[in-house]
Amino acid sequence: MKLSQIVTVIDGKVLSGNEYLDKEVTMACGSDMMSDVLAFAMDRGALLTGLVNPQVIRTALMMDMCCIIFVRGKMPTKEMIELAKDSRIAMLVTDEGMFETCGKLYAAGLGKKS
Amino acid sequence: MTQESEALCFHFDVDGNNFVSAGEASVQVKKLLRQMGFTPDLIRRVSIAMYEGEINMVIHAGGGVADICVEPNKVCVTLTDKGKGIENIELAMQEGFSTAPENIRALGFGAGMGLPNMKRYADNMEIDSKVGVGTTINMEFFVNEA
Repeated sequence: MKLSQIVTVIDGKVLSGNEYLDKEVTMACGSDMMSDVLAFAMDRGALLTGLVNPQVIRTALMMDMCCIIFVRGKMPTKEMIELAKDSRIAMLVTDEGMFETCGKLYAAGLGKKS
Repeated sequence: MTQESEALCFHFDVDGNNFVSAGEASVQVKKLLRQMGFTPDLIRRVSIAMYEGEINMVIHAGGGVADICVEPNKVCVTLTDKGKGIENIELAMQEGFSTAPENIRALGFGAGMGLPNMKRYADNMEIDSKVGVGTTINMEFFVNEA
């Protein structure tokens, strides 16, 4: 699924990384525990979280994830947006909760084995 | 960061008083390994394991030092702290076991996955810890020829 399609499906707002909207995302992981995210390597993944601190971006960077989605309208700080830009990671925010956002993306086909 | 010209070893100080900056050394290592042309898989394994170790040193030990040595066939990461030590290493290695305080959990860590994750990604890992003295963790990552 293209990042641009994710933005549409979750009715998201792009906070950084407009230039990556054409990138393909293959998997997603929803968690507020970063160590759980770090347990399972995934390429070109999206990280959905309600946690807002710089470690979210470093976790995504370590995992080679290409996108972070903040749920429940949580807004990262300016410093975090800058860190995401430096790390070449797209950052989105949606007003919906974690459950709804994961459900919408899964229903739209993200992460399903073809 | 200091670099010794012959052995390709890098040294980093990990600030124990700043959770916000925790992980910066691992980000640097990831960049260095990328510049050296290692495979994405090896780079990811080294940087995730080192990142977990760095976070551990900040949470539990008031910081420490990280030494990375790059050899043609392997990457070695040594993390050394003078923290309170690990009482029961076997227990600490179990997924889900954590002694991290509640405020750390609120930051997304302390799920009891740090050490198990490090072991998961390293090819070899040794822990040497003495209560009240500190902990040294050695990790080796072999470079697999494609």
